[in-house]
Amino acid sequence: MIDVSVSLGALKMPSFIATASGTFGYGFEYVGAVDYSKLGAVTAKGIRVEPWPGNSMPRHCEVPGGLINAIGLQGTGVEHFLSITVPWYRMQVPSVPIIANIWGDSVESYARVAAKLGGAVDALEMNVSCPNVKAGGHTFGQDPKILAEVVSAVRKETKLPLLVKLAPNVPSIAPYVKACEDSGADALSLINTIPAMAIDIEKRRPVLANVSGGLSGRCVHPVAVKMVYEAYRVTKLPILAMGGVYNAKDAIELFLAGASAVAVGTSLFTDPGVVSSVYDGVVDYCSRHGFSAVRELTGALN
Amino acid sequence: MTDEKCSVLEHVDVGGGYRRLKVASPAIVKDVQAGQFVHVRVPQLDESSLRRPFSVFDAGDGVLTLLYKEVGRGTKALGLVKAGDEINILGPLGHGFPSKASGTALLVGGGYGVAPLYLLAKMLLKNSSAKVKLFVGGRTAADILALDEFRQLGIEVFPATNDGSLGEKGLVTVPLDKEIAALSASSAPFEIFACGPDPMLKAVSERAISSGAKGWISMDRHMICGVGACYACIQKTVRGNSRCCIEGPVFAAEDLVWE
Repeated sequence: MIDVSVSLGALKMPSFIATASGTFGYGFEYVGAVDYSKLGAVTAKGIRVEPWPGNSMPRHCEVPGGLINAIGLQGTGVEHFLSITVPWYRMQVPSVPIIANIWGDSVESYARVAAKLGGAVDALEMNVSCPNVKAGGHTFGQDPKILAEVVSAVRKETKLPLLVKLAPNVPSIAPYVKACEDSGADALSLINTIPAMAIDIEKRRPVLANVSGGLSGRCVHPVAVKMVYEAYRVTKLPILAMGGVYNAKDAIELFLAGASAVAVGTSLFTDPGVVSSVYDGVVDYCSRHGFSAVRELTGALN
Repeated sequence: MTDEKCSVLEHVDVGGGYRRLKVASPAIVKDVQAGQFVHVRVPQLDESSLRRPFSVFDAGDGVLTLLYKEVGRGTKALGLVKAGDEINILGPLGHGFPSKASGTALLVGGGYGVAPLYLLAKMLLKNSSAKVKLFVGGRTAADILALDEFRQLGIEVFPATNDGSLGEKGLVTVPLDKEIAALSASSAPFEIFACGPDPMLKAVSERAISSGAKGWISMDRHMICGVGACYACIQKTVRGNSRCCIEGPVFAAEDLVWE
């Protein structure tokens, strides 16, 4: 038997696979299509204090090897999340931990949503790198000083395991990793989507109403591997790695680069069975290569 | 909801760029309601391509039938699927049409928008004493689909084509308006069920609202997940930004906000 459990700080995950925020609704939408017994955590869609309508349509476009989205963090706000969404999730999916992904448009609003969530969820993931909302998120992840400020503010308001989801589009990840470490983060999530754009040449207009969006899917996987590899070399913080995980090989690459757990996201849209195939494939790899626990794969490059 | 591995039974070109796909899909067929849709993984597309959503044309005896038009990369690739192939279909999905109506049910379709109306007609005839009439519009006669099958259900059909090659010349609202006027004049109750291009749906919604009839409008949107998880397929409604894949695709006419 291979031990499939992993930890991200104090967050104990019964399996090494999570879902990436924004691709898995509030956790229960895929009941019937995904094998939840193989999930170690779900990450809910981004939540802030107030409801938020998101961007205009069109919000997505398919590109070779992936998807550009500019959903814009549509959500019902933290009150509805606490009173309706989380209880419904716990009833539908009693055994899988839920990570709330949070965002805001000021240091204070990040702190407020963290405070309101209290202990209702199992961990928090701070989105400081969404390319689709001008007012919030992105700017906080593009300056290590501001990043440290917002992470510290959230840290003061929560005892939950705290993950910070970083942007891939920075010259070097090291100062951001250090800022997270120094401000009390428990783990890192890498990577968020990559800023991208597509143009409809017939209409001579951007395809997305938001003009640009975030690229995800198959094509971003090598970028994720590199970012995880670089972050792992400069930190002891565990890494939840995501970006184009379509099969076990993709997941194992991320583990070897330094991930403690992996998340599937865009691949779920094509194949909800990806949770099972990645799980089974990683377990099989461990057996074949003499690892007795998936956590032994972390950073196990020769 | 099941992600079912379905064996293709038949896949035929029915002319005008339209095709009919029949698959063995016992799990989905068991639960499907008229107006719901399925999310098809097109095997000829690479793994990073999204699934494609299709209305259910017919479902019974474990067989699911789709009627679709080749409109882009996904439907073009789907055209390569042959009898005997296996394809993954996620469904049934979304919020469909009511399965009962009172008075006369006016079904209004445009082009491949008639697809969900066939199963609806069958359900309405089975579950209620409603009289069912079909109004169907298209550019030309080749865009008017499955008329014989609708007629075999014993319902009256009123086609309209832009070029006058079949039925009345003009938009589907030409015969529809005559029917609404006649029903309104005799104070007979009726409901409207529609699926087709947005301008048609907007025109039909306005008629339902102004005549005081219930209107059930099925929206067609590009989708990502199909299950309510991603928030890509938004329709503006009186409740804000609603997801076509789960709050829809069928909305009450008075709930829709047109831009």
